[in-house]
Amino acid sequence: MPEAVVFSKPTALTEVATHYCPGCTHGVIHRLVAEVLDELELTQRTVGIAPVGCAVLAYNYFATDFHEASHGRAPAVATGIKRARPDLIVFSYQGDGDLASIGMSEIVHCANRGEKVTVIFVNNAIYGMTGGQMAPTTMPGQMATTCPFGRDVEQAGYPIRIAELISTLRTPAFVARASVHSPLHAVHAKEMIRRAFRYQKEGTCFSLVEVLSTCPTNWGVPPVEALAWLEQHMLPYYPLGVFKTPHGEDRAPRPLGGGA
Amino acid sequence: MAKKLMKGTEAIGEAAVQAGCRLFFGYPITPQNEIPEYMSARLPQVGGTFVQAESEVAASNMIYGAAGAGERVLTSSSSPGISLMMEALSYIAGAELPVVVVNIMRAGPGLGGILPAQGDYFQATKGGGHGDYRCIVLAPWSVQEAADLVQDAFDLADYYRNPVLILGDGLIGQMMEPVEFSAQRVPCKPLPPKTWASTGWKGDRPRAIINSLFLDPEELERHNQKLAAKYATITRDEVRFAEVGTDQPYQVLVVAYGSVARVVSTALEDLRAAGCAAALVRPITLFPFPYGAVRRAAERARAVLVAELSTGQMVEDVRLAVEGKVPVHFIGRQGGMLLTPEDIVAKVRELAAAEVSHA
Repeated sequence: MPEAVVFSKPTALTEVATHYCPGCTHGVIHRLVAEVLDELELTQRTVGIAPVGCAVLAYNYFATDFHEASHGRAPAVATGIKRARPDLIVFSYQGDGDLASIGMSEIVHCANRGEKVTVIFVNNAIYGMTGGQMAPTTMPGQMATTCPFGRDVEQAGYPIRIAELISTLRTPAFVARASVHSPLHAVHAKEMIRRAFRYQKEGTCFSLVEVLSTCPTNWGVPPVEALAWLEQHMLPYYPLGVFKTPHGEDRAPRPLGGGA
Repeated sequence: MAKKLMKGTEAIGEAAVQAGCRLFFGYPITPQNEIPEYMSARLPQVGGTFVQAESEVAASNMIYGAAGAGERVLTSSSSPGISLMMEALSYIAGAELPVVVVNIMRAGPGLGGILPAQGDYFQATKGGGHGDYRCIVLAPWSVQEAADLVQDAFDLADYYRNPVLILGDGLIGQMMEPVEFSAQRVPCKPLPPKTWASTGWKGDRPRAIINSLFLDPEELERHNQKLAAKYATITRDEVRFAEVGTDQPYQVLVVAYGSVARVVSTALEDLRAAGCAAALVRPITLFPFPYGAVRRAAERARAVLVAELSTGQMVEDVRLAVEGKVPVHFIGRQGGMLLTPEDIVAKVRELAAAEVSHA
C-alpha cells in the first residue's frame, strides 16, 4: 500500500517547542484552535491576541500574525483590530486571571457590543505564570499561595462562572464551556471552538468558549491526578455545554456524554 | 477650501478625518466631549468607525489594536482619562505603534476640575506611563494650529512609529475661530508602507508580532537603545517653536505654550507700547523641547519668565535650557484660574525693573 499522511501538525502552529509545564493542557487547546483555523481555512487571515499569563508567549506558537495585549485588555485590542480590519479573523486567548479578574470589564463590554471576534477562555482555576495565586475561578477550599488555607468564600466569594455570566447578555452571541481532561472532552471542545470560529467567519456574532484546563504545577498534583481533580472538583461547578447561541436555541447547558 | 468658523474640538476631529483617520475609540469626559460627538456623526459619512468604549483603559487598548492592524486611529480625552490611558501608551510606545492621542487638559490632581490647566506637562513630555519611552507632544495655540498639528501628528506617528500627543486645554478646545483645511495637503513626512502591521500572515513577509515583551535582557536593552536612538532623531529633526518680538532688543524673555502663549502675545503688545520690551518663545513641540531656541533667546535677555497654568512644570525644561546663565522666574495660575495679560505685564515690568537696578 502507498504511504499516506493521515496525521500532521496544523499549519497554524509553528515548529517552536512550547514553554508550558509537563501535563499542562494549554498545548492541547492551542492545537485544537490551530486545527480549527486550518480546517475552516482561516489561518492566513487570522490575528491572535495573547494575554498576560501563561499564554503570554502564544505568539511564538501560532503561525499567524499576533498582538500581545496588556493584562486583561485583549478583548479591547481585539475590538480595535476587528473594527480596523473587519476582513480579519480575530481571536483572543486568555486565562482566568486575565479575563475574569483584571479584564472583566473588557470582556463583558466586548461581548455586549457584539464584536465579531472569538475568545478562547482557559479556566484552570489558578494564576499560573505568577506562581499559583488565587484566581476568581479558584474552587472553594482550593489552596493557592494567596489562600494557603483554601479559598474562603466568606472572604473571597464564590468562583465566577464566566460562560453563565456572559450568556446573560442580550446581545446575540455564541457562548459555550468545554473541557480537555479526556480525549472525548477534547473532541467536544474542538467542536465548540469550531462553532465559535464559524460564527465569526460568517460574521454572525461574538463567540466565547470557556475551556476547563489543568495546572499540575500550581495545583501541586501529578498530571494524571490533575485531570481527575478537574473532573471531580471543577465539572460539578462548571457545567459543560452551550449556554447561548445567536439564534436562541440550546440555552440550557447539556451534560456531555449522556451522564447527569 | 474656504475658511470655516469651528470650535477647537470639532476642528481637531475634522483634521483627523482630513488626515485619513477613519477610526475613533473614546470615552466621554469634560471638556472634550465634542470630539467624540463630532466623530460619531462624521466618521460614518466617510465609511469610518466610531466606538464608544467602556472606559479610557479600553479605548486606549482599542487604538493599540487598530494601529497594530495598520490603520490610522485617534482617541481623545482629558487629564483623568489620559491617566487611565498611560498603561496602553506605554505598550504602544514599546510596540512602536503610530497613534494620535488628544489631551484637552483640565485642572488636577485627582478629579480636579473641568476648567483649563496645563498640569499634565510632566506626564506628557517625560513618558507618563511606566518604562523608558517618549511621546511626541504638540501644543497648539489656536484652532487653526490645532487642525494643522493634528494632521501633522498622523504623519509623524506613522513615520516614527510612535505615539503623538496633542496637548491642548479647555481654551483651545472651546474657542471658536476660522479654520481652513488645504485641499492639496502634502504629508509632512514620507510615509513608508506599513509592512509590519498584523494583516494576516501568508508567508510572504516575517510574521507581524505586535509586542513589547522581551524576556531576554540583552534583547530588551537593544530595544531600549533602538527607541532611544529614535528619540534622539526626533529631538534632532522635529523641534518646532515660534518667536514673537525676538527680532528687536528685549529685556525679558517670556516662555509659554498653548493658550497661555496667546495671553502673553497680547501682553507683549501692551508692554512694547509702554516702552518695556519683552519677547516670547513659544514651544510648539514640548517633546522634543526647543532647548536651543530658548537658550539662544534667553542669552539676549536680562531675565526669563515662564508662564504656565500649573505650579511650574515646563519651567524645569527652561532652566535646563538656560543653564543658569540668566535668572528664570515663574508665574502661574492653577485650578482652572487663568493668567491675564495684566498679570504678565505686571510681572515682566517687575522683573525688568529689578534687573535694571541690579545692573
